[in-house]
Amino acid sequence: MPKDSGIGASPKRREDVRFLTGNGNYTDDINVHGQAYVHFLRADVAHATINGLDTSAAEAMPGVVKIFTGDDFAEVGGIPCGWGVTDRHGEPQQEPKHPIIAHGKIRHVGEIVAAVVADSLEQARDAAEAIELDLSDLPAVVNMKSAAEDGATKVHDDLTSNVCYDWVFGNGEDDAMEAAFASAAHVTTLELVNNRLVANPMEPRVAIGEHNKSNDEYTLYTTSQNPHVIRLLMCAFVLGLPEHKVRVVAPDVGGGFGSKIFHYAEEAFCTHAAKACGRAVKWSSTRSEAFISDAHGRDHLTTIDLALDADNNFTALRTRTHANMGAYLSTFSTSVPTYLHGTLMAGNYKTPLIQVNVKSLFTNTVPVDAYRGAGRPEATYSIERVIDKAARELGVDPIALRRQNFVTEFPYETPVALTYDTGDYHGTMDKLEAAADISGFAARRAESEAKGKLRGLGVNCYIEACGIAPSNVVGMLGARAGLYDAATVRVNATGSISVFVGAHSHGQGHETAFPQVVAEMIGIDESMIDIVHGDTGRVPFGMGTYGSRSIAVCGSAMVRATEKIIAKAKKIAAHLLEASDADIELKDGVFTVAGTEKSIDWGSVTLTAYVPANYPLDELEPGLEETAFYDPANFTYPAGAYACEVEIDPETGKVTVERFAAADDFGNIINPMIVDGQVHGGIGQGIGQALLENCVYDEDGQLLSASYMDYAMPRADDVPFYAVDHSSQTPCTHNPLGVKGCGEAGAIGSPPAVVNAVIDALQSGGHDITHIDMPVSPSRVWAAMNG
Amino acid sequence: MSQVTMTVNGKTASGDVEGRTLLSQFLRENLNLTGTHVGCDTSQCGACVVHVNGEAVKSCTMLAAEADGADVATIEGQANADGSLNTIQQAFQDHHGLQCGFCTPGMVMSAAALLKDNPKPSEAEIRDYLEGNICRCTGYHNIVKAIMAASGQDVSAIAAE
Ligand code: FES
Ligand code: FES
Repeated sequence: MPKDSGIGASPKRREDVRFLTGNGNYTDDINVHGQAYVHFLRADVAHATINGLDTSAAEAMPGVVKIFTGDDFAEVGGIPCGWGVTDRHGEPQQEPKHPIIAHGKIRHVGEIVAAVVADSLEQARDAAEAIELDLSDLPAVVNMKSAAEDGATKVHDDLTSNVCYDWVFGNGEDDAMEAAFASAAHVTTLELVNNRLVANPMEPRVAIGEHNKSNDEYTLYTTSQNPHVIRLLMCAFVLGLPEHKVRVVAPDVGGGFGSKIFHYAEEAFCTHAAKACGRAVKWSSTRSEAFISDAHGRDHLTTIDLALDADNNFTALRTRTHANMGAYLSTFSTSVPTYLHGTLMAGNYKTPLIQVNVKSLFTNTVPVDAYRGAGRPEATYSIERVIDKAARELGVDPIALRRQNFVTEFPYETPVALTYDTGDYHGTMDKLEAAADISGFAARRAESEAKGKLRGLGVNCYIEACGIAPSNVVGMLGARAGLYDAATVRVNATGSISVFVGAHSHGQGHETAFPQVVAEMIGIDESMIDIVHGDTGRVPFGMGTYGSRSIAVCGSAMVRATEKIIAKAKKIAAHLLEASDADIELKDGVFTVAGTEKSIDWGSVTLTAYVPANYPLDELEPGLEETAFYDPANFTYPAGAYACEVEIDPETGKVTVERFAAADDFGNIINPMIVDGQVHGGIGQGIGQALLENCVYDEDGQLLSASYMDYAMPRADDVPFYAVDHSSQTPCTHNPLGVKGCGEAGAIGSPPAVVNAVIDALQSGGHDITHIDMPVSPSRVWAAMNG
Repeated sequence: MSQVTMTVNGKTASGDVEGRTLLSQFLRENLNLTGTHVGCDTSQCGACVVHVNGEAVKSCTMLAAEADGADVATIEGQANADGSLNTIQQAFQDHHGLQCGFCTPGMVMSAAALLKDNPKPSEAEIRDYLEGNICRCTGYHNIVKAIMAASGQDVSAIAAE
């Protein structure tokens, strides 16, 4: 019988009511009395020297409050990078200044060149057109391979080259790798592109800065996944403001997928301008602006080699990757191709020797950073595509080849520095074979062929590392932030509870799922518990939501804080029941003295905490509020197996996803409905990456795919219903809930399944095609078939 | 500036607008009906769908002046008279047809327009009709399922919640 409340139940989401009735409170819905509007004049060339910038005509235009240029921000800090990577020679990454407004030079299309604040948005836009810019164009560096060449035009004159770092990782020393490949019975090599994407949450970014003259306090309303992180970065590194004078509010946020983690120039600008202009300043991004100012994702070029012995055991894996950083280092950009990608190259397999090399490069393009999965989809795609190619070359079943090489004993120390605590890859693959009805594939293929279509089945596995931690280890690896989280549980006198969490919900349903945990621990109704998030003025601290960390890290902090609450409440109950607190049991919201009928309910105890007439005041403080910070001992390791079936129309090359199945091991699950939804959404994005989405720059650094007319977002008719199974559950061994996280799995596991299926379909039709790069568009498929 | 007057969710509303003011802007800024969302500037995403004289319209593609005298319905007016969720809204909640909620008002308004014309649409008809509504969160699974359920179809055989 499914539960109807507590952990493992699927109560309907309480946040839905406001969203379904138009009562959500998104940042753009907020208007501050007397606000002015900013329009950013953005570069329309990718690389140029700014010789002059004349704002005098614009300043005289109606409604203009103030115009800002790079000179106004020359003295403040740049946008900081949150991770310092050390290269193969022990040198720090090259780290250029990332200005709020371009100063002296333009380095990508979309970079802010000037900011016009006016009474209305229309006036600001009109005035921006009157700004005169004197530019000398420079050659644009767009292609990563040419950016890496000696003598290439430099994106940053003050750096030695366009290479941010050249990083090597893994246990495979050069000699050992050479020997392993020389002695291999079979080597499979694949060159592939992990296509550049735009995250495209449906809500564009918004920032509103406000400054209160009476107490010198600032408020920034912003579309962020992590308001405390924004406050810290903006105050400490950019504007030099005291943190206690700045409140950052991220109210309802319409999706993030990574792109709303980062601290953006517009946030610092609106905060600064609010004081400079003496009134609030609001910016609402258009979608066109979003394409050229939100950090992009992925964009790797990889060569991967897999060595196998005569029995088809994997013996060594080597990858060489070029990763695009864009023109500047966005907040977590440098960690994505390194510690979120290189560390995952073992996949689900016991390959003994691994070497990963990543060269990250500056180009005259929008900065690139984490997008749903961040590094892990790139790792999974490379591994799972090369394994699939190896299986086809060797003529063995791709599932059997994977199974043969699975890690089966835990804990397992990988050659790339991770320790997988738990997993059951065979068990999860068994679930997938059932969910995908793999045994029925042959019949479905025959049906497709009878219609003149090609049908293919693609299967792959994935593993991800979520809830990055512990802080002392990642600190040694270059992280410049702690990766714990925090929660405060405030019990009111009447027994209702507010939980202040550092995680931020922007679609994940925390307001519903988090109370399920507290309700289960105390044994009270979920409706007595509310979650408060997204406001540094209310929530004590927190690192926010990304990397599938919310329930694993912040949820653990919430459990720890609730445990403290229960311990104190038991002391109060013991006093009231005249027993020892060791004998008090809490069940269904009632405290009982073990083995007796003596009991007292939750509400009476909480009331006593605040009306302590009969209370052990010499031993216990009144009140009932506890905070916990939780720093995980290890990452969590969700893993799974995915299967995709495609049909290809040989006339047009069009690929249709006919079936998609996912079997995931997320450990314990708090709300299965929400977990399924997270997987569905990830798969939708993964199918988008595999078949549709692509960010295209021309050689001058102009973004050609800069709107929904040119950037193909997955629509309802591009995807099928998905079969999702998460009954394979090996609980995480090191957090109190045994949870692993589920937010990114779908986007990590699905692209290789789709491409593997396409290759399977084409080969079934007798085409000697071993790889097609994403997005696998009709024109690429048709060209491959007819080339 | 010129004056426009229209009926919005059954009530008369008027305001001064510029010639270039969009209906979406008028609803959000003049009437503070911020449930209608703006997700793009190329009339592709459908977050802004409202009904004008009973037809689904992308309110970012219509000038406020063009809606002068029209009967406009927005997400704020969709709940039942007692404030409870209407059939479509309730189906979206029951079947987890929304995550961040940003596309949701447009999805609900589009679904209402579809079901008015086609009371029992097939899965394929729903997917085809939603071509102009982008959702980045749900992968569409539960949106399609919710609309099938709202039209009285049995969705218990469709995988997952
Ligand atoms: S805002 Fe109207 S279609 Fe996107
Ligand atoms: S629910 Fe977030 S865009 Fe649809």
